[in-house]
Amino acid sequence: MDVYNFLVLRQEISLLILILLLIILEIFIPHNKKSAVVHVAILLFGIHTLAGFYPMEDASLFGGMFRTNPLIHFFKNILNLGVLVVLLQAADWINEKILIQNKGTEFFVLVFSSLLGLYFMISSGDFLMFYLGLELSTLPLAALAAYETSKIKSSEAGIKLILSSALASGISLFGISLLYATSGSIYFEVITDAIMATNLTTLGMILFFAGLGFKISLVPFHFWTADVYEGAPISIASYLSVISKGAAVFILMILLFTVLKPLMHLWENMVYALAILTMFTGNLFALRQQNMKRFLAFSSIAQAGFILLGLITGTQLGTATIVYFVLIYIFSNLAAFGVVQAISLQTGKENMKDYEGLYRTNPKLSLVMMLGLFSLAGIPPVAGFFGKFFLFTAAASNGYYFLVFLAVVNVTISLYYYLLVIRAMFLRTSDTAIPYFRNKNYMRLGLIITVIGILLLGMYSPIYDYIYSLSSTFN
Amino acid sequence: MFLFIYGQFKIVRMDILSLFIIVPLLTVVALLFAKNLVSARITAMIGGLIQLGMAINLVFAYFKERAVNDAIMLFLRDEVWFKDFNIHYSIGVDGISVALLLLTALVVLAGVFISWKMNELPKEFFISLIILSTGVYGFFISIDLFTMFVFFEIAVIPMYLLIGIWGTGPREYSAMKLTLMLMGASAVLLVGILGIYFNSGADGGALTFNILEIAKVNIPLEAQKLFFPLTFIGFAVIGALFPFHTWSPDGHASAPTAVSMLHAGVLMKLGGYGVFRVAMYLLPEGTLHWSWFFIILAAFGVIYGAFAAIKQTDLKYINAYSSVSHLGLVLFALLMLNKTAWNGAILQSLSHGFMTALFFALIGMIYSRTHTRDITKLGGLLKVIPFISATYVIAGLASLGLPGFSGFVAEMNIFVGAFQHPDLFYRVATVIAVSAIVVTAVYVLRVVGIMLMGPVKNEAFLSLEKVTWYEKTGILLMLLPIIGIGVAPLWLSEMIMESIQPFIQGVL
Repeated sequence: MDVYNFLVLRQEISLLILILLLIILEIFIPHNKKSAVVHVAILLFGIHTLAGFYPMEDASLFGGMFRTNPLIHFFKNILNLGVLVVLLQAADWINEKILIQNKGTEFFVLVFSSLLGLYFMISSGDFLMFYLGLELSTLPLAALAAYETSKIKSSEAGIKLILSSALASGISLFGISLLYATSGSIYFEVITDAIMATNLTTLGMILFFAGLGFKISLVPFHFWTADVYEGAPISIASYLSVISKGAAVFILMILLFTVLKPLMHLWENMVYALAILTMFTGNLFALRQQNMKRFLAFSSIAQAGFILLGLITGTQLGTATIVYFVLIYIFSNLAAFGVVQAISLQTGKENMKDYEGLYRTNPKLSLVMMLGLFSLAGIPPVAGFFGKFFLFTAAASNGYYFLVFLAVVNVTISLYYYLLVIRAMFLRTSDTAIPYFRNKNYMRLGLIITVIGILLLGMYSPIYDYIYSLSSTFN
Repeated sequence: MFLFIYGQFKIVRMDILSLFIIVPLLTVVALLFAKNLVSARITAMIGGLIQLGMAINLVFAYFKERAVNDAIMLFLRDEVWFKDFNIHYSIGVDGISVALLLLTALVVLAGVFISWKMNELPKEFFISLIILSTGVYGFFISIDLFTMFVFFEIAVIPMYLLIGIWGTGPREYSAMKLTLMLMGASAVLLVGILGIYFNSGADGGALTFNILEIAKVNIPLEAQKLFFPLTFIGFAVIGALFPFHTWSPDGHASAPTAVSMLHAGVLMKLGGYGVFRVAMYLLPEGTLHWSWFFIILAAFGVIYGAFAAIKQTDLKYINAYSSVSHLGLVLFALLMLNKTAWNGAILQSLSHGFMTALFFALIGMIYSRTHTRDITKLGGLLKVIPFISATYVIAGLASLGLPGFSGFVAEMNIFVGAFQHPDLFYRVATVIAVSAIVVTAVYVLRVVGIMLMGPVKNEAFLSLEKVTWYEKTGILLMLLPIIGIGVAPLWLSEMIMESIQPFIQGVL
């Protein structure tokens, strides 16, 4: 093994260097120029994101513990883009609220560490690496959720996140140990050959599933979601809802489609039931939410239910549609979260009632929100429609017409509550409407990227073709 | 001028249909720069005029092309969109779509004239209106199920904003109800479309969304039985099929005038068109299996709508229920599965489109002058606003099927066709549906009697504003075709008949 082999790890190494640079920089930046941290961190991460687009071949390291291929690499790029947008949207908040408390650098270091964990998690080739990645991605998030120390709810969110994730990863670890016990290995490739459908394996699989189900916030592992989203800083809520969830979906997909493929007849039924439960619970709970963050929390639970429709297939089509959907979902959800963040930062208002008459005062912001929500609801011609249509096509290709039917019923239910926000912004007028304000540059850039994504990702078909060509890797 | 371009340049000729999407989109872009009501309405009017010009040009181009080309669809164009799903941007028209495109262009332009004084958020209003019309145009020219579905939803969703922002009465409730019911229907339709798609390879070919390709495939009987009701209901909800019609009266009553016109005049036609082009054409055995069930629903809708219209006192509700009745007749005629009835169904779609749009335009004018739509509070309008009232009488007569107007030609065809079925079930259903004509006469004449005749009920009515030039233009755009189709239906009927031919062969 020579030193060039480490180039396989270049995304991880580059991010690690970034983290270390920021820590060192913290020492040298004078006290009155702390805002430089924000600029430097975003700039460096932007370079890191761009550099990530340099293509990567199939490779594995450390005897198969770490592996990568074009699809995994592409997914890391998606995560990078998402984090970049999250950071852009968070920049003003950090400038105004966090730098005073002298916690600017730590914010970036924690976010990047969590992202590093996700990298390792989706690149893992055995359960040990997987578990390390999972933990590395979760622990910093608990600290970040409790970042607004002045708010009680934020601390509550941190505690809730750490306790429930500890429980979930404990259960998951137990599941892994059972899988190890029955197959005699923790390496994915060995397990695939050795696995047999015994009761113990099934139990192990279900318990393991629970750990990832928690991160994706599938019902019945979703109870933390709304409370944590509500209490945590908005950028962390959006990170949780798109980045961490997206990565968890991705690794779950890889594991189900390769390692646990021999047990497909078992997990098929499980995914089927969870999809129905998750869609209905998420959608029905979202109907009555007044707080925008809780609203988006339940909406993101429902979206996870839709993703399961692709997961149930176990085919290349399923892989492609899931990755495509997650990509679109990241942009759509970040558009919605971005607007919530901008308004919350400017006025401190977070309820749906406060959005009444927003179009008359802030037309552009309302339009961004509308695009984001239409994309989440799956209305053409914005990207979300294509993502959902293809997911449903994937499920229908395996003959799950009834599941697709239930899903479209849910799409209609979800349309109702997305339209409630549109109603508040466009249909209503209010004397206490949020007055006109101008966003700072970082926030505007963050919103513009999401809008471009929402408009382009759907109608510009080569993106889907590219993802489809990459997804042959796992099938 | 358009004819000239059509004859000279191949590229333009091939793109003669895509222009129906491009021009409205350009209009929307131009509207983004509009500063006030005047510039917004002028832009919208110019866009509407160009679209009307294109539609008229298309009629001539169609006849010219039809003379030398006997393909099912003309002016075909096909671009690959998502190659893994075999989704294409695939367009083409036959006589039916050409007629409906002309209807759309006329109603949109009339709608712009009727909204001449739209003071609240004019720019946004015209943008939503034109996006809606883009969806409708796109729907009528698509021959790819996916593209068609995309345009279908694009046509529906602006309704929420149009009714919600510019509507009257319980606008939020109506807008939500309408949007959810139509989008719910399109969700059901999605399952149907996926079902058709995954069975389109039944003969060993590749899966495809292309309607013309699928029509050649023998989809397995079981699949046809399963997916026909989904596809049918998915489209028929927007065509106001009986138990799913409830969005329509509320939606129409709350919508602003131009939106009611466009919605009842054009958008509801998507239902009948989709049923005809997708559900029945692609799933012929499913149609035969299920037609009895939907005939019952449609016939009941015809009679139910007519009786409901008798009982209403709100003008818009009367007209909305009359639409339920008339469009029930369209679905009824389509399910009769013969050439004459189908010809009648398409003619009825067109005739109802003009007629009901005209009604809503007139109701809007009456309402803006008298500030009420309650017929018990109106009276003697013929004396104070003669032009509007006289037109109302004409529209009413067309609606009850008086010879000389479009309604007669359509209904005549429908009932002659329907009666050709010898067995008892069809006969009874036809008799029930025919009897609605009598009821129609009752509610039309009742309104005319109460509202237009008699003494002027309210002093304030004596000083009503005279009809303005833009209102007259809007009215004439609707009125001329009604009389035109009534007096000289043959060219239209011919255009429709020869387009029905391949469908007849496919279904029967």
